[in-house]
Amino acid sequence: MKKKLIVIGNGMAGMRTVEEILKRDTDKYDITVFGAEPRENYNRIMLSPVLSGEKSFEDIIINSREWYADNNITLHAGDAVTSIDTDTKTVTSENGYTHSYDKLLLATGSKPFIIPVPGKDLDGVVTFRDLDDVNLMLEAAKKGGSAVVIGGGLLGLEAAVGLKANGMDVTVVHLMDTLMERQLDEAAGYLLVSELESRGLKVLTSANTKAILGEGKVEALELDDGTVINAGLVVMAVGIKPNTALAQDAGLEIGRGVKIDDQMKTSNPDIFAVGECVEHRGMTYGLVAPLYEMGKVLAEHLVSSDVVAYEGSVTSTKLKVTGVDVFSAGDFSGGDGAEDIVFRDATRGVYKRVVIRDNKIEGAVLYGDAADGAWYFQMMKDGTDVSDLRETIVFGQAYAGGGGGDPLAAVAALADDAEICGCNGISKGDIVSAITEHGLTSLDEVKAVTKASASCGGCSGLVEQLLAVTLGDEYEVQTVKPMCGCTMHSHDDVRHLITAKGMKSMPEVMQELEWSTPNGCASCRPALNYYLLCAWPTEYKDDNQSRFINERIHANIQKDGTFSVVPRMWGGMTSADELRAIADVVDKYEIPAVKVTGGQRLDLFGVEKKDLPGVWADLNAAGMVSGHAYGKSLRTVKTCAGQQWCRFGTQDSIDMGIKLEKMTWGSWTPHKFKMAVSGCPRNCAEATIKDFGVVAVESGYALSVGGNGGIEVRVTDDLCIVETEQEVLEYAGAYMQLYREEARYLERTAPWVERVGLDHIKANLVENPGMRKTLYERFIVSQEALQEDPWSERATGEKDSHEFTPLKIVA
Amino acid sequence: MWTEIGTINDIPKLGARVVQSGRGDIAVFRTADDEIFAMFDSCPHKGGALSQGIVHGKAVACPLHNWNIDLVSGDVKGPDNGCARTVPVSVNGDVIRLQMPDVKATGTDG
Repeated sequence: MKKKLIVIGNGMAGMRTVEEILKRDTDKYDITVFGAEPRENYNRIMLSPVLSGEKSFEDIIINSREWYADNNITLHAGDAVTSIDTDTKTVTSENGYTHSYDKLLLATGSKPFIIPVPGKDLDGVVTFRDLDDVNLMLEAAKKGGSAVVIGGGLLGLEAAVGLKANGMDVTVVHLMDTLMERQLDEAAGYLLVSELESRGLKVLTSANTKAILGEGKVEALELDDGTVINAGLVVMAVGIKPNTALAQDAGLEIGRGVKIDDQMKTSNPDIFAVGECVEHRGMTYGLVAPLYEMGKVLAEHLVSSDVVAYEGSVTSTKLKVTGVDVFSAGDFSGGDGAEDIVFRDATRGVYKRVVIRDNKIEGAVLYGDAADGAWYFQMMKDGTDVSDLRETIVFGQAYAGGGGGDPLAAVAALADDAEICGCNGISKGDIVSAITEHGLTSLDEVKAVTKASASCGGCSGLVEQLLAVTLGDEYEVQTVKPMCGCTMHSHDDVRHLITAKGMKSMPEVMQELEWSTPNGCASCRPALNYYLLCAWPTEYKDDNQSRFINERIHANIQKDGTFSVVPRMWGGMTSADELRAIADVVDKYEIPAVKVTGGQRLDLFGVEKKDLPGVWADLNAAGMVSGHAYGKSLRTVKTCAGQQWCRFGTQDSIDMGIKLEKMTWGSWTPHKFKMAVSGCPRNCAEATIKDFGVVAVESGYALSVGGNGGIEVRVTDDLCIVETEQEVLEYAGAYMQLYREEARYLERTAPWVERVGLDHIKANLVENPGMRKTLYERFIVSQEALQEDPWSERATGEKDSHEFTPLKIVA
Repeated sequence: MWTEIGTINDIPKLGARVVQSGRGDIAVFRTADDEIFAMFDSCPHKGGALSQGIVHGKAVACPLHNWNIDLVSGDVKGPDNGCARTVPVSVNGDVIRLQMPDVKATGTDG
C-alpha cells in the first residue's frame, strides 16, 4: 500500500519537492497538498513582472490543476492547515478536514515582516508576497496618486518599479544608506539609485519610518526626521520571517525557523520541512535556488534510502527589473587579505567588482552588464584557482579565453557541471543529456523536461545556445516569432513593454529593446508607430515617415502611380449636392474612372498625386471628408434601407449606421475595420461578414464580431443582443478598443477573434460591464485626438505640401 | 552634367522627393543620417514609384509589393533580383546636385 504524504504549503518549495519525488518514483506516495492560497501553484518570484504588466498570472503558473489530477495529487487550494497532531499523525484544516499521514512535509514558507509602527493596520498598507497583494496594488494603482515603498531591497525595488509602470508616483524609503545593501556595494548602489531616479522614482536612503498617517485609510508616511510623504498606498517590503506557527504549535523544535537536519528532518522523525520556513545549520534562506536544492535532497531521502546531505547553499541574486542588469554573489565586504578588481565604464553605466582572496573568488558585484555573473558564480562555488585569470578576469569570460566573443563557443567551453539555471539548479550536463536522451528540439521542451529557464527565464538565452551547440545546424533559435528581422521581440512583447516601461517614442523603443537596425524596417516601423499611437493617444506624435504611402498622404496608390480618392458617405447616404460636387471634380481634374465600392460609396480612380490637394479642397467645399479607404482604420459602415423605407425593417438601420460611423471614423486600428447595420434578419447589409455586425431584431440589435469577406470568408460570432442604440455604440467602441489594444499589427479581427477566443471577447465586453465601459471610454478619449479630417489640412497646403510638389523640374 | 536640385532640408528625414526630368522621374532620398541618394523612380519589379516607399537604413521598400531596394547600389535586397538605376549625387554644404544622365531610363538595367 502507498504511504500517505501530506504537504502543507502549495508554494514553490513544497511542489518542487513533490516534483522531485514523482521524478524518482510515482507509486511510492499517495500525495495530498494543502495550500492557503485559493489557486494553483505559481512562480512567486515572477510576481514582479505581473505587477509591472510584463506578464500575466497565467504566464507564471507552474503546475496547472490538470497536472495535479494527472499525477493523482489531491489539492486543497484555499484551505489552510490549522493544526498538526503528532500523536495521531493527523492534520486538520480550516474547512474541518482531518487527514492522517505517514510522512508530513512542512513548506509553509515565510511571512512578510511588518514593522511595528503606528498606522501599520490602516487600509492601503500592503505587503508584497502573493497574488492577492499584487491585485491590491494594481487596484490601488488604477486610482493613480502616490505610493511609498518601505524597503529598498530586491522585493521593494521590484514593487516600486512595478507601481511606477502602472502610473503611480513612487517613493522608496530605505533604512540603510545603500539600496540592496546585502547584495550591492556603495558604487553599484549609487548607479542603481541614478537609474531608478532617471525613471522617475524618488529614493530616500537612511530614512526611518516613524508612523503611517491617516484616518482609517493611508494618507501619508512620516519619517523620523519629520518629513511627511503623501501616499494613498504603502507597501511594506522590509523582509520576511519564516512561517513557523504551525510547527511551533505541534511542538517541533524552532529556532529562527523550523530546525532541520541535513536530510530536512525536523525534531519529529516523520515530519520534514523545506523552503523559507526552515533553519538549517543556523541559516535561513529567502531565495529560490536553495529551496530547490533542499527539495532534491529530501526527495532522494524519501524515495530511496540513500543518505544524501544538504550542506547549505551559496546564493547569488539578480534584480528582476527590465533594463536593469544587476548581479551579486558571495561576500564583497573586502577586508584583510581580500583583493578588489574593479572595472568601470561610465558612459555605458557599467560597474564590475570581483573580490578575490587566496586566489579564489569570494564575491562579485556586477551592474549594467551582468552577462558574466554565472561564470564568476560557478568559479566561486567551485573554489577555482583564478591566479592565471587575474589580469583579465574582470573583462569576463569571453576575454579570458575560450570565448573569443562568440557566445556559442563560450557555452561550448563550459564544464558539464556548470550551472545554467540558477533558479532550478540545472547544470549544462543535465540539459545536454536531456536534449540528447529525449530528442528535445525547442526551448519549451527543455523547459518542460528539465525546468531550466522555467522560473525567472533569465537563462533562456543560454539554454537556446546549448540547444544550438548540441543540435548543431538542426536547431534554429526561435522561441517566439519576432516582429521582424530588426528584433528578437514578438509583437506582443513589444506592446507589453511599451506600456510597462512607459516608452513614448520610436527611437526610445528601438534603443531600449535593442533593435539591430538603426531605424527599423518597412515592416516594424508602421507597427511601432501604431502601437505607440494606441498606447499614448494624447501624447504620441504620429510619425508620418513610418506610414505606408496610402496612410501618409491619405489616398490609395494604384499600380500606375496615380491615386484613388474616396470621400466618406455616412452610412452609405449621399445627396444631390454631394453627387454634383463629385461630378464637377471628375470633370475638372479629368479623372478617368468612377466606381461604386462594396462599402457603399464612390471611388475616383486615376487622380494624379499633384492634383490631390485640389480634389480634396473641392470635395471639402461640398461638405465631404476623407473616407479613410486607404487606412488600417475604420472604413465604412454599410447599411440597408431599414425601417425608414423597407416594409420589413424593424429598426432604423441607416440612422444607427450613421451614428456608428460618426463615432468611429478617423480611428487607427491594427488592420482595416468594417461595420454594417441591417434593419432586419434578412440582413441585406451583409453584417455577418463584417468586423462588427449589427442586425436589428424585434427586441433590439443582435451584435456579432470577427466576420470577414476576404480570401477566407468567415461568418461573425454572436456576441449578444442589446436594446438601445446607445448600447450598440458602447459595445462597438469597447470592441474596437479591445481589438486596438490586443491585436497584432496587420491582424484582422477574424484571425484575432480565433486566436484569443470568443470567450475572451465576451468576458471583457458582455460579462464585465465595468471593463466594457472602461474600454469604451478609452476609445472615446483616443477618438478626441484623432477625429480631424486629414484632407482639409492638406487641401489648404498647411501640411505636407512637399508631398504634392516635385523637388525640381529639369529639362 | 551636375544640376543643382535643392537642399537637404527640402527632403524629410527618412523620406524622398521627386525630380522631374526629360529622362524620367528621379527619386531623391534622405536617410536618418542625412545621407542623400538618388535613382530613377521606378522599381525593377513592376515599375512602382520608389519615392513613395518607406525609407529605412540605406534602403527603400517599394510601395507596390514591398521589394527592398539598396539606396547605395540600386540592387534589390533579399530573395528578389533586379537593379534600379542609380544617379550620382553630390552634396556640398546643404546643396544637393545630381549628375543628370544622358540616356532615357528604362527602369531596369540589371
